[in-house]
Amino acid sequence: MWTWFYRLASPPFVYRTAGVLTPWFLTVAAAAIGCGTIAGLVFAPPDYQQGDAFRMIYVHVPSAWLSMMAYTTMAVAGAIGLIWRIKMGHAVAAATAPIGASFTLAALVSGSLWGRPMWGTYWAWDPRLTSELILLFLYVGVVSLRSAFEDPGRGDRAAALLGIVGVVNIPIIKYSVVWWNSLHQGATVAKIGKPEITGSMLWPLLVMFLGFICFYGAVLCMRLRGEVLNRERQAAWVREAVKS
Amino acid sequence: MSAARALSLLVGRELRLSFRRPDQLLQPLVFFLIVTTMFPLGLNPEASLLKDMAPGVLWTAALLSSLLSLESMFKGDADDGTLEQLALSGHGLTVIVIGKTAAHWLLSGAALVLASPLVAIALGIPGAAFGTMFASLTLGTLTLSWLGAIGAALTVGLKRGNVLLSLIVLPLAMPLLIFGAGATDRAISGTDAAGALYFLGSLCVFTCTLAPFAASAALRITLE
Repeated sequence: MWTWFYRLASPPFVYRTAGVLTPWFLTVAAAAIGCGTIAGLVFAPPDYQQGDAFRMIYVHVPSAWLSMMAYTTMAVAGAIGLIWRIKMGHAVAAATAPIGASFTLAALVSGSLWGRPMWGTYWAWDPRLTSELILLFLYVGVVSLRSAFEDPGRGDRAAALLGIVGVVNIPIIKYSVVWWNSLHQGATVAKIGKPEITGSMLWPLLVMFLGFICFYGAVLCMRLRGEVLNRERQAAWVREAVKS
Repeated sequence: MSAARALSLLVGRELRLSFRRPDQLLQPLVFFLIVTTMFPLGLNPEASLLKDMAPGVLWTAALLSSLLSLESMFKGDADDGTLEQLALSGHGLTVIVIGKTAAHWLLSGAALVLASPLVAIALGIPGAAFGTMFASLTLGTLTLSWLGAIGAALTVGLKRGNVLLSLIVLPLAMPLLIFGAGATDRAISGTDAAGALYFLGSLCVFTCTLAPFAASAALRITLE
C-alpha cells in the first residue's frame, strides 16, 4: 500500500517526474498569466474609488498568496524530511525557499508601488506590511542557516526546524487585517460566503492566481531537479542521467 | 536523581560559573545602558520627544543586550564536551534546555528588569508606569530567552554563529517589541495597558510550553 509513497521519495523518480511536469506547468502558467494580464488590464472595469490603479491587484495579491503558500510548502516539506527522514523532503524545502523569498519581495515591492498613489506613501508600519516583511526575514534566516552548516544533512534538519518554528507567522499575516484595525484593506476574496469583489474583477484575479501557482510549480520543478542532481552527485544514476 | 534535582543542580552550576566572572555578567547590562544613551545623543534630547521614544528605545536596547549573551548559552559547554556529557546523563535534553534557559533568563532578563528603572528615569518615563514596565519586561525577556534558546541551539555547532543567531531570533522577537513597547507606551500616557500585557502573557505561555521541545530538538540535530 505504501509503495507509491516510498517511490515518491526516491531521487531518480523525483528527478524524472519533475522533468515531465515542468513543460506542463510552464504552458499553463504562460497561458493563464497571458490571459489574466489581458483580462485584468482591458476587460476588468476600473474601480469606482481607486480607478485604474487597482489593477495592481492582479500582481500583488497572487504574489502575496504565493509567498505564504511557498512558506507553508517549505515548512511541511521540511517536517516530512525531519520526521520521516525522507531526503527529498529537504530537497523540496531547499528548492522552495528562494522562490518563496522572491514572491515575498514581489508582494512587498508591488504593494509599495500600489501604496504610493492610494495611501500617499510607499511604506506604512502597518501590521500586514510588517508581518510580510518579517516573512521575508524568516526566509532569509532559513536560507542562511541551511548554507551555514558544512554538513548538508545537519543544515537541512536545522533549516527544517527553523521553518516549522516560523510557521506561527503565517496565521498572523493572514488575519492581521482582521485582528488589527489596519490601513491595508480587509479580505475581499477568501471570505466565508460571497466574495466582496465583483465577478468581472474577480475572474482575472483567479486566472492570474492559477498562472502564478503553475509558474511556482514550474520553477520549483526546475530548481528541484538541480537540487536533486547536486545532492545525489555521487550516485550512479546521476552519472547516467547526465551522460544521456 | 530526579529531574527537579538535576534541574536545580544545573541552574546552580550555571549561576556559579557566571558569578566567577562578574565582568562578563555586567557587560550586557553596560551595553544596555550604552545603547539607551546613544538615542538621546543621536536625536534631539527634548523631554517631550524622549518620552515618546522611551518605550521603543528601552525595548530595543533590552532585546539587543539579551541577544548578546545568547551565543554563550550552549557554546562553552559544547566546545569542551560538557554538553554531550549532560545529554548522556539520562535526564533528557528538555531538562537541560529548561535549566540553561532559566539560568540565562535569571542572568540577563531578570538583571535587565532590575536595571530598567535607571534607564527609565533617564528617558523621562514617569514612576506610575514602572509597574507595567516591569511586568512587560519580565514577560518579554522570558519569552526572548526561550526564542533565543531555539536560535542558540540551532547555531551552536557553527563557527561564526553570532550574526546568524541574531538574524534568526530577531524576526521571531518582533511581536514582543510591538506588544512590549505598546504596553509601556500606554502606561506612560496613562491609558489601560492590560490588552498588550495579556498578549505578552499569552506569547510567554505559548513559548514556555512549546519552545523547550523545539530547542531540545534543535540541540539533538546539532549535537549528533
